[in-house]
Amino acid sequence: QGGGSAVIDMENMDDTSGSSFEDMGEMHQRMKEEEEEEAEGEAGAGEEEDGEFLGMKGLRGQLGRQVADQMWQVGKRQASRAFSLYANIDILRPYFDVEPVQVRARLLESMIPVKMINFPQKIAGELYGPLMLVFTLVAILLHGMKTSDTIIREGTLMGTAIGTCFGYWLGVSSFMYFLAYLCNAQITMVQMLSLLGYGLFGHCVTLFVTYNIHFHSLFYIFWLVVGGLSTLRMVAVLVSRTVGHTQRLILCGTLAALHMLFLLYLHFAYHKVVEGILDTLEGPNMPPFQRVARDIPVVSNAVLNTTAKAIALTL
Amino acid sequence: FPGLADVSISQDIPVEGEITVPVGSHSPDEDYSTLDEPVKDTIMRDLKAVGKKFVHVMYPRKSSALLRDWDLWGPLVLCVSLALMLQGGSADSKDDGGPQFAEVFVIIWFGAVVITLNSKLLGGTISFFQSLCVLGYCVMPLTVAMLVCRLVLLAGAGTVSFIIRLVVVGAMFAWSTLASTAFLADSQPPNRKALVVYPIFLFYFVISWMILTFTPQ
Repeated sequence: QGGGSAVIDMENMDDTSGSSFEDMGEMHQRMKEEEEEEAEGEAGAGEEEDGEFLGMKGLRGQLGRQVADQMWQVGKRQASRAFSLYANIDILRPYFDVEPVQVRARLLESMIPVKMINFPQKIAGELYGPLMLVFTLVAILLHGMKTSDTIIREGTLMGTAIGTCFGYWLGVSSFMYFLAYLCNAQITMVQMLSLLGYGLFGHCVTLFVTYNIHFHSLFYIFWLVVGGLSTLRMVAVLVSRTVGHTQRLILCGTLAALHMLFLLYLHFAYHKVVEGILDTLEGPNMPPFQRVARDIPVVSNAVLNTTAKAIALTL
Repeated sequence: FPGLADVSISQDIPVEGEITVPVGSHSPDEDYSTLDEPVKDTIMRDLKAVGKKFVHVMYPRKSSALLRDWDLWGPLVLCVSLALMLQGGSADSKDDGGPQFAEVFVIIWFGAVVITLNSKLLGGTISFFQSLCVLGYCVMPLTVAMLVCRLVLLAGAGTVSFIIRLVVVGAMFAWSTLASTAFLADSQPPNRKALVVYPIFLFYFVISWMILTFTPQ
């Protein structure tokens, strides 16, 4: 495995994640290929035997059955080979191997920054939690767009929500992975996807609260505290896996900026029109989103707002 | 051919036989040949199967009939009717507020595919189309809720109607989730049921949200 090579492949040496899911996936694939080779070998030997046998028993009517059998085997083998090549979801299976307790623990951990940054921290390469968090964010975003009366002209609400969330998760992960490769950080693509995905938990919580209770000051507090905590955690994990001050600064600065700005964008792009502010800002210019008043139940929002105001006043 | 040198066929062994290969036992074959029956029988059989599955969804018991003979007729009918009812009232681009037919269609089928893939990746024993079938049939309570909402909205759109709609949609959402969980969660390892139930919950929540926030023009 890389014997005699002067370049050390960081990906193969990275075993700080505890249970290396990538290796399990590779082993699984290799075992399956060995099984298939054995099965092919046996089938080949069986065919040869049947071929010789055929010469002596051709008059018994087994010719038809043998030919049909052979064609079926060949066809099935070709189809299963094509299927396993293109539609193999077993490649992803090791990344979904989690327990509910683990998912809950990781969700809570994503808000707690680690203190020990001189030792590489474990990142679990798991994709179930991040995927579910992205879908939850899509649902919350949809709710936000509906209550803010956003009307999208060229496209659909759902398409925009899915595009935004998945685009952020996949795009920023790839970009950070590329930067990590440049800055020589010890992190794999799956780990980056997982880290950023769990970092979206803070976004989900913040947006869930602030799409329903519309206070700018409340949003800023949540943005700094909740968004800041999850960003600090991601930054700390990345710092623990990078060597060198400049590299650490580049990586962490970029991630922090992108993560916090995304939360800011999600809040303000789909914000409910607060009376008076937009009127003074709009003037003759038409905003990109046409806001037409619809019969959305105003009662629930008004009740929530007044309750929050009353609580804030009494505190 | 050295091996054939001492083969001799004596005169009393008949060299004859059947070239056709027997396909299998013929006795239950008449039941499987459905090409000759009248069209009414075929349609009634399929309709009865679909109707039986609807009953299974309404009273979710742990029966395997829904899983064994899957079909996608019921989900298609439910999806089309829900999408038609959810369509925005006017095609005027100025008030383009309601979700379009294609959007609802794509959400339902894309969501069902994602949940199926997720449950397979988590080690489920259910097949792809069986899972699609169950998820599609369990949209039925939400279709009923949509019908009720439209009828309530005909009477007016005030606070009372909102509360009624909220209660109805909430109850149907819980029914849908419970029904599909009763069928799908059995095929998972016992300690991972929560991991499969959450995406189903999210899926029906999004559909319920679309139903609740729908207002006709």
